[in-house]
Amino acid sequence: MSAGVFCPSSLDELWPLLEDGATVMAGGTDLLARRRGKAPDFVACLERLGGLYGVSEDAGLIRLGACETHTRLLQSPLVRERLPALASALSVLGSPLVRNMGTLGGNIVTASPAGDTLAPLYALDAQVELASKQGKRRIPLAGFITGPGRVELQPGEIVSAVIVSPPDASALQHFEKVGRRKALAISVVSLAAVIRMESGGVVTDARLALGSVGPTIVRCPGAEALLAGRRLERETLLAVGQLIREEIAPIDDLRASAAYRRDVAGNLLLRLAP
Amino acid sequence: MSTDITVTFTLNEARVSIETSPGRRVLDLLRGDLGLTAAKEGCGSGECGACSILVDGVAKLSCLMLVAQLEGREVVTAEGLGTVEHPHPIQQAFAQHGAVQCGYCTPGMTIASAELLARTSSPDRAQVREAISGNLCRCTGYVKIVDAVMAAAGAARGEDS
Ligand SMILES: Cc1cc2nc3c(=O)[nH]c(=O)nc-3n(C[C@H](O)[C@H](O)[C@H](O)COP(=O)(O)OP(=O)(O)OC[C@H]3O[C@@H](n4cnc5c(N)ncnc54)[C@H](O)[C@@H]3O)c2cc1C
Ligand code: FES
Ligand code: FES
Repeated sequence: MSAGVFCPSSLDELWPLLEDGATVMAGGTDLLARRRGKAPDFVACLERLGGLYGVSEDAGLIRLGACETHTRLLQSPLVRERLPALASALSVLGSPLVRNMGTLGGNIVTASPAGDTLAPLYALDAQVELASKQGKRRIPLAGFITGPGRVELQPGEIVSAVIVSPPDASALQHFEKVGRRKALAISVVSLAAVIRMESGGVVTDARLALGSVGPTIVRCPGAEALLAGRRLERETLLAVGQLIREEIAPIDDLRASAAYRRDVAGNLLLRLAP
Repeated sequence: MSTDITVTFTLNEARVSIETSPGRRVLDLLRGDLGLTAAKEGCGSGECGACSILVDGVAKLSCLMLVAQLEGREVVTAEGLGTVEHPHPIQQAFAQHGAVQCGYCTPGMTIASAELLARTSSPDRAQVREAISGNLCRCTGYVKIVDAVMAAAGAARGEDS
């Protein structure tokens, strides 16, 4: 087995490293923090691969390069204006220093139930673009993540981009994270919502995704269905909140009890009341 | 074991070429081999900001960076922000406003604030608080640090502090 740290500048240089078993590293904020700075013996850094950068719009789809840092995504007008739920999640991820290093691709592959970009990306029905020596494929993010820290990445494959179809400007996009303190707080519960409405304010389509209440991000189809055809009024939101509490199955851990998570998860929706 | 490589980069405006193992932490290279001890190790895991440096103008955590990543980059440590004779406005303001107590967090705080001022010449207090929110200080209670950064921003714009 090979050893060393390599920063290839083209995908053609990356593939042989992956074939030889290199560990992929983007910003290192999960990989190295977990190991307190100790590098794996054989590392392939993605940071110099130009094709993994850029935020662009093509044929109505927004493409976010996997190696874009959270800071750079926050600076992108396309992200701020068209994907405000994602922008607000990025703005509370870690600290400015963590956002300067951590990447979107890294957040996805880490697949933490508390990963802040994940709930908005689930609510936006995002797709991941995967690249390997054989070419590219695209699959829904929700199918890509299969458990805590578990993703459907084949050997020799990397996440190259995230693809999102941005909702109309009239849709409501919301993200909220409840943590234990302001900076560097891992979420206790997070909620992302993308809600489309008719001009009269009647919901036509609602997508709700919650973080930190299950092994992966959780969508709440029952609550989403209950919202459709109604207005975002307090009574409705209370009923939908109750349904969310029933649909999720959070666990107790160091940061919060399951009962508290259930409570908060239902209440978060009330912020959507006009 | 991985074999040594030669990394070449700019460090506080001087060109550096050094033979070392590529998987070491940048923090250890700076402190151990290059004798630059401003960047401190607090947590070693991204939570305290004491090890911050500027890489191509962006504040980064040197405890979570590997030496190989430095190739061709421009690195500035707190030592490179200013000198004793010509301190950076931020360093001057930290001294004047009593923003330094034990000093452990100070290099990281100055790096985070230097990055902020390079981006935003007239930050408000909320922006300053946000910019230093990844830098922990055990001693000052942050108020004096925010005062100092506000004063440094004023000084950089040519106002009296
Ligand atoms: C102090 C601190 C606070 C944090 N706070 C938060 C927080 O509030 N919210 C939050 O969500 N996260 C938080 N994190 C976690 C982390 O910053 C994010 O998950 C970040 O987005 C990870 O990105 P990275 O590029 O640093 O990943 P890396 O550490 O480089 O990689 C993480 C994993 O993903 C793999 N990988 C990375 N990129 C790719 C790719 N393109 N293709 C295939 N595999 C890839 C790596 O092999 C590794 O297994 C925090 C981390 C620290 C150190
Ligand atoms: S030592 Fe690097 S963040 Fe604490
Ligand atoms: S002055 Fe002591 S940690 Fe900040």
